[in-house]
This record gives sequence, structure tokens and C-alpha cells, in this order.
Amino acid sequence: MEHLDIGLVDWSRAQFALTALYHWIFVPLTLGLSFIVAFMHTLYYKTRNEKWKNLTKFWMKLFGINFAIGVATGIILEFEFGLNWSNYSWIVGDIFGAPLAIEGILAFFLESTFIAVMFFGWDRVSKKFHMLSSWFVAFGSNLSALWILIANAWMQNPAGTQFNLDTARNEMTSFFDVALSPTAVSKFLHTVSQAYIIGSLFVISVSAWYILKNRHIIFAKKSILIASVFGLIASVATAVTGDSSAYDVAKHQPMKLAAMEGLYDGERNASLYVIGVINGNKDNTNFTGIKIPSLLSIMAFRDANAFVPGINDLVNGNEKEGIPSAETRIEKGKIAIQALADYKKAKAEENEASMNESIKLFKANEKHFGYGYFKNKWDIVPNVPLTFYSFHVMVGLGLFFGLLFIWLLWASLKGKLEDSKLLLKISVWSILLGYIATELGWIVAEVGRQPWTIQDLLPVGVSTSHISTGNVQATFFMFLVLFTALLIAEIKILITQIKKGPEKGGNHV
Amino acid sequence: MKVIKNILNFYIDGFKNMSAHSKKLWVIILIKLFIMFFILKLFFFKNFLNSKFDNDKDKSDYVIEQLIN
Repeated sequence: MEHLDIGLVDWSRAQFALTALYHWIFVPLTLGLSFIVAFMHTLYYKTRNEKWKNLTKFWMKLFGINFAIGVATGIILEFEFGLNWSNYSWIVGDIFGAPLAIEGILAFFLESTFIAVMFFGWDRVSKKFHMLSSWFVAFGSNLSALWILIANAWMQNPAGTQFNLDTARNEMTSFFDVALSPTAVSKFLHTVSQAYIIGSLFVISVSAWYILKNRHIIFAKKSILIASVFGLIASVATAVTGDSSAYDVAKHQPMKLAAMEGLYDGERNASLYVIGVINGNKDNTNFTGIKIPSLLSIMAFRDANAFVPGINDLVNGNEKEGIPSAETRIEKGKIAIQALADYKKAKAEENEASMNESIKLFKANEKHFGYGYFKNKWDIVPNVPLTFYSFHVMVGLGLFFGLLFIWLLWASLKGKLEDSKLLLKISVWSILLGYIATELGWIVAEVGRQPWTIQDLLPVGVSTSHISTGNVQATFFMFLVLFTALLIAEIKILITQIKKGPEKGGNHV
Repeated sequence: MKVIKNILNFYIDGFKNMSAHSKKLWVIILIKLFIMFFILKLFFFKNFLNSKFDNDKDKSDYVIEQLIN
């Protein structure tokens, strides 16, 4: 494949991963904390109790710092689309255009208008409008995430579109099929619900630190109570939506599911690893650990007896289970690519019969199109150990957070929070674990679907622009320096504000 | 007009009455936005296809060439 300059592809991927993971430091905290602030604001509106006002103002301030530092970091990803991933950007342009335009017009303006009212509106607008503005900010933020996640979901499951051979662009045939595909729905719900866990862990972490330092005790206890309830609800939602995400992955991205579970040879009654490790095999093909029988089959197909294809089945094919081999798909992909070339030639010669023949051949092999760019059948396998470990650590941490919220809720309701030093110390560090889990979630989603930018249609090697690797390396390090400086600035400002504590009456609130 | 004036005053007063920390935060944001849009975007992240081609047809032809060769 002429396109495949591994250095360029890998540096472009590294740069995108760096910016996406960095962007995701701010987003989940914005999504989660906005609802906690809105809820506290509502309590103040209902009770007119100054304690709730102080609570709202303090968390609103930390929300504002995170929002301000994180604002527009996502736009860098669009810069990268335009420079590093121009083929891909052109091919998806019509699909991304609609969701991202709606995001820009509707959600961003909703969010940015009401955020000013939220911060500047104390005693300047009616209390009801002010409280509602906090909710609008929360819903606006989440609405922004919705459109971006719809775009991402389309790459994982390209539904509701057709490829135009004249323009080399995917065109939307049904907005609702794109926006409401099961992949988009489960991706959005899973992503935002785990973002609510991050918001809860942040509040809990800061509040637990106050209690350990014997500062703002009542304030911290109230914050922990609210965050624990919100976090527990979010944990249940994350588990449920995670399960529906896995069900969707099994349908549209079986290779990703196989990599998540380190499943090389497919089986019926497939087991799910609770804990697993690579068993010292240099090919990383041998996993061992504690398994729950049949759970993977149930998770993937809602049927304990269902066959879950493994990596070897997807690469070599499995005739008995009706799974074509990668080599078969590569051949069909090559036919589709040749049909596109023939169509172009026939169009230049104005040979309508030949054009129609090429279209027919292309359509018949379109779903294998991207496979035609691979030379080796094993190219379709993602990094299995990274996907496997990321998935299992993420799930393990998700379970841990659920238990932590229950423990905190129990200690809060029993009035034992101050005595539980171990619980408080774990709580302080829990935010770091939360960030590890949420970033690992994206690693599972994005590393697990390699080598595709658009599932089955476009591999990463064909998506990149013909630019020099040195150019991408230079901007990679520029971002690294810029992001590190901004992150240090944010953490410093946040810590200063946290040390300062709530504005007035903090010791008694 | 009065509504627009009130909205403007709302923003102006809001920014005027911000704490020193908030003002410092705004300085950081403005520096960040300047670096992103006036340095990175203008000098390092020119749109590849826009910089090479003037119209959509040429861009399509180029991408198709990339896909079939």
C-alpha cells in the first residue's frame, strides 16, 4: 500500500491520541460537575438557605476554572483533521458537517450564553432565572457532547450514509439513522454517565481532603452526601450502558470485542475474564485468569450458547459459523477499489455502460472496501494487550467506584464519615483513579478499533495526508509543551482555590 | 436598544467585578486562544486540501487518486 508510511501514521495517531486524551481531562469534569452545581443551586433556590448558596458558589467556581482552561481544546482535533487526516476529513465531511454544525450553533451558544448568567447573575437576575441558567449550562454541555459522540459513533458503525463515487464523500441518507443509531445512543449514554462519576469523585476528593484537614466540615459532609448519591446513580447507569455498548460492539466490531477479552479462538458459552494476564507468551496470544463461564456470550449476544468469534476466526475465517476470512475480505476490498478506479476511467471516457457496471461491482463489495488496502491478513488485528488491560482495569475501577459511593453514603448517613480515615484517604485519591478509568475507556474504544478510522471502510494508513513526518513530530511536541503548561496552570489555580475554600462562613457551612 | 445596553452592562460589570484569580484565568485563556488560532492554526495547521486546491472537484479527484493508487 503506497499510502502507508508507518512513521507518519503513527505520529499522526500519537498526536491525535495526545490531544484527545488531554481534551478529555476537562470534558468529563465539566459534564459531571455542571449537574452537581445545578442541583445544589436548586436546593438554594428552594430553601433560600445561605449554606446551599456557599456550596453552590464554591463548586461553581471550580467548575468555571475547569471550563475556562478546557475551553476550545477540542478545536485542536479539528485542526489535526484538516492537516494530518485530510483524506479522512474529505471522505467524512458531509457526515460530520451536520452534527458538528448543530453542536456549534445550538449547544455551544446555549452553554456560553447561560454560563455568563450563571457566574455574573448573583443578585442581578431573578433567582429563578439564575437557577435555571445553571441547568441550561449543564444541559448545554451535555448536548455539546452528544453531537461529538454521534460523529464518533458513526466512525465505529457507519450507518445512514452512502459513498458517492463521483465526490469520494460519504453522504447522509438518513439523519436519524446517523443520530439515533444504537452505537450513538449507547456511546453517548455510557460516556456521559461515566463523566458524572468523574464529577462526583472530584467533589468527594476535595471534600474528603477538607475533612482530613478538619476544615469546612459541614460543607464537606453535605458535598459528599450529594456527590455519593449522584455518583451511585451514575455508576449503575455506567454499568447498564457499558453492557449495551459491549452488545453493540459485538455486532459491529467483533474484532474489538475479541481484543477486549483476549479471545483468540472463538467459542460457544464464551467466558468473561474477571481478572486476566498475558501468560508470558511472546506473541501475547495466551491469556490466563479467573473467568465467569458463558458471561461473554450473554454480554455479546444475550444468549449463553451464542458463538463469540475470536481473533483467529476473524482473521482466518470460520466456515462453520459463517465468518469470512480476512483474505476473502481483502480480495473483495480490492475488487471494490478497482471498481472505483474503473468508474473514474469510464466517466472520463463518458462510457455509461461501463460506469453502471463499475457502480454495480462497487456496491456489491462496498462493505469490504477498506480491507482492500491491507497486504497481510493480520493487519486487521489491533493491539490486543493494550485493549485487554485497558478494558479490564476500566471495568475493575468502575466496580470500585460503585462500592466507594455505597461506602461513603453509608458512612454519611450513619454520621461516621469523620471517623473513617481510611475511607477519606481513599476518597482523596479516587479522582486520580477516576481519570485513569475514563481515559482507559477511550483507549478501549479507539485502540480497540484500529486499524480503522471508519470501521471496515477506511484504514488509518489511507486516511492521512501526504505531509512530512517531521512536521507532525514538531507539532506533537508543541502540543505537549502547551498542554503541559496549561495543565500545570489549571492544577495550580484549582489547588489555590481549594486551599482557600468556600468564600464566607466556610468554617461553619 | 435598552435590552442590548442592559446585556452589555451585565457582561461589562461581570468582568469588572471579577476576582484577581478570575482575571488571571482570563489572561491564561486569552494567551491559549492566541496561541491556538494565531500561531498554530495560521502557521502550523493549514488545511491540507484547501492549501493545494481551489475547488471541490479538484479535491475530490485528488482524494479518489489517493484511494485507487
